[in-house]
Amino acid sequence: MSHPQAAAEFLKDQAKAKWHDETLWFVRDKRDRISKTIPEWEDLRNLASEIKDHTLSRLDFYLEEFEKNALKNGIQVHWAKDAEEHNRIVLGILQKKDCKAIVKSKSILTEECHLNPYLEKNGVEVVDTDLGERIVQFLHQPPSHIVLPAIHLKKGEISELFHEKLHTEKGNEDPTYLTQAARIHLREKFLQARVAITGVNFGVAETGEFVVCTNEGNADMGVHLAHVHIACMGIEKLIPRRSDLGVFLRLLARSATGQPVTNYNSHFRSPSPGKEIHVILVDNGRTAQLAREKFRNSLKCIRCGACMNTCPIYRRSGGYSYGSTVPGPIGSILSPGLDMKKHSTLPFASTLCGSCSDVCPVKINIHEQLYEWRQEITKTHGELGKSLSMKVASGIFKSPLAYKISGSLMRSALKNLPKSLIYHPINSWGKGRNLPETPELSFKEWYKRNRS
Amino acid sequence: MSSREAILNSIRGIHRDLKPLPDVPSFGIKSDLVKDFTTSLIGNKAEVMDSSAFEFWLKSSGMNRVFSAIPEYKSYSTVTLPKDPHDLENLELAILEGQFGVAENGAIWLDDNQLPHRAMPFITEHLVLIVPKGHLVENMHQAYQKIGKDHAGFGLFIAGPSKTADIEQSLVIGAHGAKSLRVVLV
Repeated sequence: MSHPQAAAEFLKDQAKAKWHDETLWFVRDKRDRISKTIPEWEDLRNLASEIKDHTLSRLDFYLEEFEKNALKNGIQVHWAKDAEEHNRIVLGILQKKDCKAIVKSKSILTEECHLNPYLEKNGVEVVDTDLGERIVQFLHQPPSHIVLPAIHLKKGEISELFHEKLHTEKGNEDPTYLTQAARIHLREKFLQARVAITGVNFGVAETGEFVVCTNEGNADMGVHLAHVHIACMGIEKLIPRRSDLGVFLRLLARSATGQPVTNYNSHFRSPSPGKEIHVILVDNGRTAQLAREKFRNSLKCIRCGACMNTCPIYRRSGGYSYGSTVPGPIGSILSPGLDMKKHSTLPFASTLCGSCSDVCPVKINIHEQLYEWRQEITKTHGELGKSLSMKVASGIFKSPLAYKISGSLMRSALKNLPKSLIYHPINSWGKGRNLPETPELSFKEWYKRNRS
Repeated sequence: MSSREAILNSIRGIHRDLKPLPDVPSFGIKSDLVKDFTTSLIGNKAEVMDSSAFEFWLKSSGMNRVFSAIPEYKSYSTVTLPKDPHDLENLELAILEGQFGVAENGAIWLDDNQLPHRAMPFITEHLVLIVPKGHLVENMHQAYQKIGKDHAGFGLFIAGPSKTADIEQSLVIGAHGAKSLRVVLV
């Protein structure tokens, strides 16, 4: 389904769409307010951008540094060139441990690799432990937002779901009550799991440690009780120095949810005695994106979701309308690199207003890259309807006489033709838009009458 | 060729100009550290108190299963440290020491030296962190300067109780980890 079709689907429930729009704008507003309390905010964005630019320019070196130091710390390091290899490595570790059930905290990378269905097919029960992720997992849905996975659902729907799955009281929609039910349900899973999977927010080359940030504490509950911790990390998550964390931790939570820092920020360097930590370094299209110079700096993304919260299209079309693991503006510049045909409508799901670039904590020029992708896509796939109308327009603009005649024809046509013809399904521009009032005269005619 | 070599080789094959790595300044303006730290913690839904208020609370809290890693409060400990962290499942209160606190966001640093089990601050129902007033820094840059090259297997910043807003953006305290955080400034 194309983005406009999927967005139309989302907009059918107008009250919910309005709520979605307003709620995400509220998060954006919180981000604005807290960023204004830091006088050096813009300096931090510049530093973060430069640190990431530098890291990408020496990515091979920092990957080897990270590996060397992680191995020294007793971490086992694996490399996966694609999603399939990543999934195979995870399954291999589980099979070696004879493990049939795991807990997993939020990891967009494992969503990208479709790890859950793969493990389930191989007889492993996967429990997502982030509350929002558990909710969408119960519904067999992917997250609709990378930071707020269940933002497309209302509490009534969650109450119904929990009544069915966790036997909560019918009709009790109190978020505290529902969260408590999930806490009891998930605690049992935490206590039983022998392997826990997490994502990685930052990998530090200098120390071979990695950092995982949560508010719920679910990543830590999982890994500290399990015997084996598997951390799945995209190769672009690296930063050179431990002190760089100061810059990124100041930016991440403020940009994501408008809070000064996440409540738990865990630095994993060595396993507890007798336990294991595995890190899987995953490429899956990242080196290909690195090779595309115009799109390279999309790899600086730290997955805060600020571009989604601010985007007028995302807020009014919902995460699922994008049909890609990472939705919104950043998803629309990452996904075409993975599959240009499948995601060909995403770079057009933007007004190019530039708000995404303005809020991005690592200063990715998102709106400019959207524009660049449009050109790549039009070159490759073309666009029949538009190219035909452009050819006609070009003919009209070349001839002054044709221009004059077609102008007066259009003015009378728009006034006199029935609305049903103008707002015809073929004219997709007319959907959700009104044509302007047509003037009586062209500018040339008006000038002749009034000024000459 | 291994995937490791394949990934590294494809990166090496991409022409990139070397971009400079900037120095990170420590920023910060002289501020009232205790006041800012307290304000940040309250914003994160933690409570802040002094030691006499804490002892008063502790005596009247009615908590039965308490573990203190701090000698001063050892007399309140009713739980001996188990070998397996799973046995902390019913722990009601853990009293731990924080190495230092960060005024700008209320984050408190602990590492393996303060953690009898890494799971303890998460699995306990309620958490108390004791932080010396003299051990406060302004921001995260100064925090990492303070951590410096310290080598611990595990370290973390805790800035508040476990929380979530995944249901309609309504803030709920006590998702999976500790349902409350009390910070005692000494």
